[in-house]
Amino acid sequence: MAGKVKWVTDIEKSVLINNFEKRGWVQVTENEDWNFYWMSVQTIRNVFSLEAGYRLSDDQIVNHFPNHYELTRKDLMVKNIKRYRKELEKEGSPLAEKDENGKYIYLDFVPVTFMLPADYNLFVEEFRKSPSSTWIMKPCGKAQGKGIFLINKLSQIKKWSRDSKTSSFVSQSSKEAYVISLYISNPLLIGGRKFDLRLYVYKLGFCRFCTVKYTPSTSELDNMFVHLTNVAIQKHGDDYNHIHGGKWTVSNLRLYLESTRGKEVTGKLFDEIHWIIVQSLKAVAPVMNNDKHCFECYGYDIIIDDKLKPWLIEVNASPSLTSSTANDRILKYNLINDTLNIAVPNGEIPDCKWNKSPPKEVLGNYEILYDEELAQNDGADRDLRNRSGPSIGLKGSRTRDTGKTALTTWK
Amino acid sequence: MLQEEEDLSLTIAHIVQKLKGSRLYSQLERQAWVSLQKPEIKLESLKEDIKEFFKISGWEKKLQNAVYSELTVFPLPRHPAAPPEHLKEPLVYMRKAQRPVVEQKELLNKWNEMGTDEPDLSLFRPVYAPKDFLEVLINLRNPNYENGDHLNLKTHLGLIQVPLKVKYISELKEFFIELSLNTGQLGIDDATQVPPELFENEHVRLGQKVLAEQDSAAAQQYIRQGSPTALRAELWALILNVSNQPEDLLYYEQLKSNVIQHDLLVDSLIYKDVKLTASNDDYYFVFEDYLYQVLLCFSRDTSVLGHFAYNSASPPKSYIRGKLGMEDYAVFYPPNGVIPFHGFSMYVAPLCFLYHEPSKLYQIFREMYVRFFFRLHSISSHPSGIVSLCLLFETLLQTHLPQLFYHLREIGAQPLRISFKWMVRAFSGYLATDQLLLLWDRILGYNSLEILAVLAAAVFAFRAVNLMEVTSLAAAEAVLADLSTLKVMPLLQIFLFATIT
Repeated sequence: MAGKVKWVTDIEKSVLINNFEKRGWVQVTENEDWNFYWMSVQTIRNVFSLEAGYRLSDDQIVNHFPNHYELTRKDLMVKNIKRYRKELEKEGSPLAEKDENGKYIYLDFVPVTFMLPADYNLFVEEFRKSPSSTWIMKPCGKAQGKGIFLINKLSQIKKWSRDSKTSSFVSQSSKEAYVISLYISNPLLIGGRKFDLRLYVYKLGFCRFCTVKYTPSTSELDNMFVHLTNVAIQKHGDDYNHIHGGKWTVSNLRLYLESTRGKEVTGKLFDEIHWIIVQSLKAVAPVMNNDKHCFECYGYDIIIDDKLKPWLIEVNASPSLTSSTANDRILKYNLINDTLNIAVPNGEIPDCKWNKSPPKEVLGNYEILYDEELAQNDGADRDLRNRSGPSIGLKGSRTRDTGKTALTTWK
Repeated sequence: MLQEEEDLSLTIAHIVQKLKGSRLYSQLERQAWVSLQKPEIKLESLKEDIKEFFKISGWEKKLQNAVYSELTVFPLPRHPAAPPEHLKEPLVYMRKAQRPVVEQKELLNKWNEMGTDEPDLSLFRPVYAPKDFLEVLINLRNPNYENGDHLNLKTHLGLIQVPLKVKYISELKEFFIELSLNTGQLGIDDATQVPPELFENEHVRLGQKVLAEQDSAAAQQYIRQGSPTALRAELWALILNVSNQPEDLLYYEQLKSNVIQHDLLVDSLIYKDVKLTASNDDYYFVFEDYLYQVLLCFSRDTSVLGHFAYNSASPPKSYIRGKLGMEDYAVFYPPNGVIPFHGFSMYVAPLCFLYHEPSKLYQIFREMYVRFFFRLHSISSHPSGIVSLCLLFETLLQTHLPQLFYHLREIGAQPLRISFKWMVRAFSGYLATDQLLLLWDRILGYNSLEILAVLAAAVFAFRAVNLMEVTSLAAAEAVLADLSTLKVMPLLQIFLFATIT
């Protein structure tokens, strides 16, 4: 039990390193005996790949699940959610209830999405139903807004047509796969600007703002500054401000919405966001490796439309740890701090045989969202929307480990 | 008694006069005509029946609110022989302290020379920043007042050297009685640890009732204990008597088209101010465009000139080229008579959290300005005027925290030099938005800005321990640089009701 935690990382970010150092942990290299490895997504692939034959011992913890991509790759996330919904429907679960238009009442939180080129024909069918709609094309394997573009005409995505003779993507390698989703053209605007919500399973999640006023006119489709809210893209816009970085706290958002829309609809909105997060995690639970040596901090990207309905856009496995403003640095520092407090309680060398749930004090700004054990004990009909129940971090679904501590919160 | 009755009838006559010219009057007239069709209205009892009809249909309430609104801004009674300027500002030396006409003309000449299409913003120094204004206030003197050469207990050691009457703490306790420790408050008793059944739920219910009744006076009383976030927008509109009539929307659209058609040089000042203040603010940067809209329209709104009837200042005039000094060729410039100063946009910014519809936002801001904010940057003897606020702040500090006051004075850090900017901006940009809104609730509730001075003193009291350690003005500024974590209601309560005096 004595002895300092030995850490390794391949991400040179000060918010991380400062947190390790303040705990008095000792930095080592990958080849040595380490307890804690904060790795990038590329590295986790290597560590867990069959060829590597890497085995983690009981006193080793890493910060990703080996198949986190089931949640964090855009196409797989959608696939898993679709599969989850169908399963619930088959079981006759009330959660899978549909309305008169065939839309799921409780589980319709991802915009209509198709994989390209696999679902191209299905997509065309849907596209023709509402030809004036706009769709957004996103490459499956990329991040930070790279390679994303909008279309409103079929001709713009001819390349992905399976029948296309000009297609050079006859055999799609997974890198070139795209998802195409219905674009939410009626986002909630504040001060005339579009924004999205990035929630780290964290109490002080933040919203990011576009620096250019939003217009729904089709001529603006190519203006990436208007539509995409990733900081990486916004940074290059003319109006980008370095003091606040175009970000607002969720509590600001809440104050604004309560003041202008009312308390009930605001409360409902945040409840629905909770719900989305829980359901999405449940959807991937069966396919996620329940590795006791893993924990993860996800970044959920959510857009709110003008009817105050939240939509899940994507989930990020390695949310950017770069800090663009002073406030940001503080937020991310605290995020890592709280994450480490939960993953490695008491700063002791981890022991994966532990079965403890994190005590309240350790949670910091994390708020517990959902406790699967409690849910199973209360019976299958437990209303998951009831936030007032004592919920504890979502753990591995079958084994009771400190496996998956992906917690969702905001203020 | 007779004098009071005379004053009352004078007030009534004045208000009737004012309302007769208002839109409400013609609406009431029209409603009365329409009601004649109704079977309940009988010829024999015409007057009573119509009055009854007004009561039931809610028009009487609207009239009440309008009267109440007029009363709120109505100036204090005066001697019949007093000249009209007396209404604006009773003290002669205060009147004389207004920005001299000569200086105004000078400023305008400078502007008239700088007519370019795309003004280089670096050329426009803000007409005045709070610091300049403070210097003017410090130099105010009443020529009839003899301070005496020797120091005594009554000597005021602060920067303001005019003997205006300000409230003692005992008077403040009475005035702000609803903030006392025994009374529930939003901003204190709605904290997460406090079960909502104790106060919050009932208060919300009461607020909804007040809104249903549409009673301005009741709303003003209610809001002294703070407003629930969801009800605040409506409550403020009710208290300020701002409704959403189609005529108001039209008026706003007209102002907007004026903005598009003509540039004013003052627009550049507005752009610069927004860019320097709100755009850099964590809370308000989102609303940058709304701020431009509101302020550009505001500077063209001649109806704002009406408030100069009770504002000690006078609108600056501009003269047609070549006709300098000839009143026939004078126009008010800018059209609304208000020259924006550095930080002006911060009066509008917090309102963006409440009103997302631009014309409503505009009306609320305009009303807030002509009722309250104008007093923060004009020289007057009014108890809510900035001079009185400064004096109140200094007096409170000197009387109740004498050690701190003397210490800061000794190290060259006169407290007013630090707190002035807070008060001039009504704390906007210094407090967290939710706290600021709770503070402005009370401004509306008490129809007074004195709470700003009390809060400023309370902040000093709160950080007194740290302030006693500093040895320079810069260090004192640093201790008081960040107010964003302060909770205003507990601070006010403690200072007013829990400090040993």
